[in-house]
Order: sequence, then structure tokens, then C-alpha cells
Amino acid sequence: MISLAGRDILHGWVRFLMTGFGLGLLIGVTLSMAGIYRGMVDDANVLIDNSGADLWVVQQGTLGPYAEPSSLYEDTYCSIIGMAGVARAANVTYLTMQVRHGGGDVRAMVVGVVPGGPGEPGQPGFLVAGRHLTGGHYEVVADVKAGCALGDTVIIRRNRFRVVGLTRRMVSSGGDPMLFIPLKDAQEAQFLKDNDMLLQQRRRTAQNPGFNRPNVPGLLDAIIASQTTSLYVNAVLVQLKPGYAPEAVAKDIQRWQRLQVYTRSQMRTILVDKLIATSAKQIGMFLVILSIVSAAIVAFIIYTMTMAKIREIAVLKLIGTRNRVIASMILQQAIGLGAIGFVVGKIAATLWSPFFPRYVLLEPGDAIRGFIIVMVISVLASILAITAALKVDPAEAIGG
Amino acid sequence: MSGNGIVIEGLQKRYGSGDTLVDALKGVDMQVAPAEVVGLVGPSGSGKSTLLKCLGAVIEPSAGRMRLGEEMIYDGGWKIRDLRALRRDKIGFVFQAPYLIPFLDVLDNVALLPMLAGERNGVARKRAMELLEALDVGHRAKAMPAQLSGGEQQRVAIARALVNHPPVILADEPTAPLDSQRALAVIAILNDMARQYETAIIIVTHDEKIIPTFKRIYHIRDGRTHEEAGEGKSPHELIKTDKA
Ligand SMILES: Nc1ncnc2c1ncn2[C@@H]1O[C@H](COP(=O)(O)OP(=O)(O)OP(=O)(O)O)[C@@H](O)[C@H]1O
Ligand SMILES: [Mg+2]
Repeated sequence: MISLAGRDILHGWVRFLMTGFGLGLLIGVTLSMAGIYRGMVDDANVLIDNSGADLWVVQQGTLGPYAEPSSLYEDTYCSIIGMAGVARAANVTYLTMQVRHGGGDVRAMVVGVVPGGPGEPGQPGFLVAGRHLTGGHYEVVADVKAGCALGDTVIIRRNRFRVVGLTRRMVSSGGDPMLFIPLKDAQEAQFLKDNDMLLQQRRRTAQNPGFNRPNVPGLLDAIIASQTTSLYVNAVLVQLKPGYAPEAVAKDIQRWQRLQVYTRSQMRTILVDKLIATSAKQIGMFLVILSIVSAAIVAFIIYTMTMAKIREIAVLKLIGTRNRVIASMILQQAIGLGAIGFVVGKIAATLWSPFFPRYVLLEPGDAIRGFIIVMVISVLASILAITAALKVDPAEAIGG
Repeated sequence: MSGNGIVIEGLQKRYGSGDTLVDALKGVDMQVAPAEVVGLVGPSGSGKSTLLKCLGAVIEPSAGRMRLGEEMIYDGGWKIRDLRALRRDKIGFVFQAPYLIPFLDVLDNVALLPMLAGERNGVARKRAMELLEALDVGHRAKAMPAQLSGGEQQRVAIARALVNHPPVILADEPTAPLDSQRALAVIAILNDMARQYETAIIIVTHDEKIIPTFKRIYHIRDGRTHEEAGEGKSPHELIKTDKA
């Protein structure tokens, strides 16, 4: 027996390939969508892993520092570092903002860290170029995605920073590249007020008779100074000594310091289940719609292809072809179309994923699942056409 | 085929019901012996195609009896379970239009039938090729149907009808798209095949050129048949005189 499906496809292979190609682009979009979701999860994991922390200490009752704002007194870490099991602790600030670079704006997450080296919590883990932050002011280590080169100038709020180091895969949960700057500079950037506001604040404070007491000289100046310099940070990152369970130490800190403490796995839950949950649902919705659209398109194409040869099918029936043979012809074509579509889609998704602004992670597992779904869709989509073909009356072939 | 070719008795066919009721066949009697070619003529709408469709097990009659060879195929109801196998193995169809499968080449259009009947590809193709050569289209075996002339296509369709050596061939205006030369040539082929394979052939036609070739003609009018003797001229002779 010859393959009727194969012969029909060969007969109109240009059209078939073009259709498969079009379907493939759609499947490529679907695979990319899944890749974007995987990329988001991976970014979140990298954010956690690269922070080098075992525990995150944040303001009580908040989901900080990534998911909710949190602020702590900057001397909180002094009391944490003395607790049992704590090896190292470091202040950090996180602020997502527009920074100016090379005449344009870049959205970035500015991370204030206590200059140290790799291994200190909060530091960029590894550099692709340059050096880490040292003691100096107004230096920045930037993620390559920010588009900076060594020696470039980046303007954060009112201050100019020099790029001294470049790192990789350090992005916020929103996909923005991270810029690491010294903590003091970051605090200034985060809590810095513009001149008008400073003047206004000064005036208001001066007008308050409680602060402006003629018989207490220096009080007003002290109050104004305390208002303009920030003594807050967003979180304290903690590294544990070997042999200490993170949950136990977290409990201690929580109890004694009246702070919120998250372990790695809790932080992972916050980032993946809470922070990107909405985006994930959004993407999930897209995946569902794209699958339905792909299914509808395959069904429509196969149906049209079948209807175009309904007379031939009637003739085939007339000369005694079994329903099984006709159904398998249509089914094979649907599966063939799905297979071409999948191959094109996989190639397309791989080719265009580097051009996405956010990390797109194409997992082989997703590809396999995608292939199975495409095949299932193809089979389901062919049911409509098969039903129509099997209903054809062979008498239609004769006319007369 | 042993036995008595085609026997039809009191065949009736009613289409639709109520307002749309049409009594297309009201009582058809007909007999065609093996190796015999009979003509079926009648005005438009008289039920010729309906009769062929009933006999070809494409539509179900309403009453009467039909026998192919030894086998009673219809007696107030189908007597055979697998009508598709019946069509594939026992009946060859030739229509006004060739209705070839456009995505198969000429050879496989013909070879498909033995393949469907379970024959191996090589054997099926060999049988198809022999027939195509006998019908003088062997040189076009690798062409696609769309690349053939109307007459060539019709000969391929005849090859397809013959390839499983069915005991019965039903031809509904097979010469309608052909000029008189080619029409007579097709009738000549069918006559030769009838003799060679003992096939009973019914040819529905309006074609004045080929009517003289039948030895027996059934007239169908108002859903009933009347038999009549024909001239029985040799189509080969007619081709020559037509040319002259
Ligand atoms: N599927 C159908 N449903 C209802 N009526 C039909 C159907 N097919 C044919 N008829 C009617 O049955 C009668 C016989 O039709 P049939 O096609 O057998 O005629 P015919 O002799 O082949 O005519 P022609 O020479 O024009 O081909 C006609 O009145 C036709 O309208
Ligand atoms: Mg007719």
C-alpha cells in the first residue's frame, strides 16, 4: 500500500510547508512564552543564589526586601552579627529606578552594598571584567545587561558613578539589571531629597516651636542634620556558620530582635509564588490562548485541506477504500503538519530568544511537553476533518 | 464469472418523502450476461444514473431484487454486509468525468485498487501497467492526471475500473467529453475487455455515435425499462468508416 497522506503532501508540498512554517512561528511564540516564564523563575533563583545570603532580615511584618518595601536601622546588623550561628552579616539597600547612562535612561536595580569582596553577602558573585567595589565613593559594578562598559559614567540621582566592574546574570525579579554601589552612596540616592524639598523641610522644622527653641542653641541644626542623613537600610543579609540550621537561627533573630527573617527556601517561595505569580498567570493564560489558537488553526487547515479533496475522498470510498485508510490519511497529514510546525517553532524560538530583553530559558523538558501537546492538538484537530470525510456519500462522486 | 451476469427484477427507488418524494425507478427489469455490453438510454431524469448507483451499491434501492453472478446482493434489503468490498472487488465504475486522484501519478491511480484489495505494490503496479499499455497510455504512466488530455484521462479511468477484473462494469456516459473517434475507441476497448475478462458491462449514453454498437439496448422511461435489439455494429468498423 502506498501512503496516500505522503503523496498528497508531496503533491502540494510548497503549500504544506508554508502552512507548517506559519504554524511553526505560532508554536515558536508559544515556546518562547514558556521560556519567558522559565527565565523569570530562573532570574528569581539566581537573585537568591547570587545574593550569597542564608537569611534575609527585614522589617517586621513585611515581605521585603524584593517583594515589599522594608526599612531597618542601619545599626541593626551589629546586634545580629553577635548572635549564635551568624558568620557574617551585611547591610543592603535595593532601589529600582531610572539611571542615566550615555545620554539615555536605563531602568536598573541599584543595590547598595558594604564594599568588601566576593563572598560578603550582597556582593556580586563574579565579575566578567574590572574589579569589585573597594572603599571608594561613587563607583559602580554593573550587570552587562545595563549596557555599560568599564570606565563609563552612570548618573544615579544627582551623583556620577564610574563603572569599575562588570558582572553577569544579576537582575532583579523584574528583570532589571543590577548596579552595585557603595552603601553610603545608595542610602544617599534612596533617601536624597531635592533642594526645594530640603529648603521646605528646613523651613517647616524651623517654624515648629518644639524644635526651634531659642534657649537651646544647636537643637535645630541637629534635628535638620538628622533629617537629611539617612540611617536606614532595606535588609540585612546573613551568612551562617557551618552546622547551624537556618530555621533555628532565623527563629532566634526573629524572637530577640523583633524582626522578620526569611530563609532561602522561604525567600524562594516569596519570589516565585508571590512576586511573579501574577506574571506567571498572565503567561499561563497566554499559553492557553496560544494553544487554543494553534489547535483552531491546525483544525481549520486540516479541515480545509480535507474539504478541498472531498471529491477525491468520495471517489476513494466509491472504489472501496476503507474508512480506516481515509481517516489515517487525514490524521497523518495533521501529525505531519504539527511535526513541521514544532520543528520550525523550536528553531525559531531558539533563534530569537537572545533578542528578548529578559532572559528566556528554553528547557528541553518544555520542548518535549510542547511536542506532546502539539501532537495531541493535531490529533484532536483532525477529528473534525475526519468526521466530515467519513460522512461523505460516495454517491456524491458520481453525480450523473 | 460463472452464472448469469447481472439480473435485476422489479427494482424500485424512491427519493425523499412527502413533498419532495420522487419515484425515480418504478419497476426495472434487466439482464446482462457475462461478456455482454448493453446500452441504457433514456431522457434526462428518467433514472439511468439512479439505476447504476443502485446496482453499484452506492445508494440503497427501495424494493426489488438484484443479483450479481451467483450472489443475491439485494432482496428488499442488502444481502451483503461489506458494500465497500463489493464495490472494490466486483464492480468497476466509469463516469462522465474521470475523477482520478490528482495527487497520485497515473500508474498508482490504477494500481491503488489492487493495493486496497491487499495486493503487494509491485504486483499491483505490474497489473496496472499491463492495462495502461493495453489502453495505449502506458507511456504516460509516470505523469500526473492533470498533465493528461481528457481522452487519456478517460482511458486511465477505464483502466482503473478494469484492474481488479470485476465481473461488472458500470459506465455512466463515459464518452460524453470525447470526440466521436475517441468515443468509439473507448467503446471498442470496453467491448474487448468484456470479451477478454467475461465482464458484464452497462453503458449509459446519449451519444448517437455509439448507440449503433450495442446489440441490446434498454430504454428507460418514466422509471421503467423496455428492452430492444440494437444494430450491434463493430466499433472498430465504425471508427474506420468515420475516418473515411
Ligand atoms: N439524491 C436525489 N434526491 C432526490 N431526487 C433525486 C436524487 N437523485 C436523482 N433524483 C431524481 O431522480 C430522478 C432520476 O434521476 P437520475 O439522475 O437517475 O436521472 P438520469 O436519467 O441519470 O438523468 P440525466 O440523463 O440527466 O443524467 C430525477 O427526477 C432526479 O431529479
Ligand atoms: Mg445521469
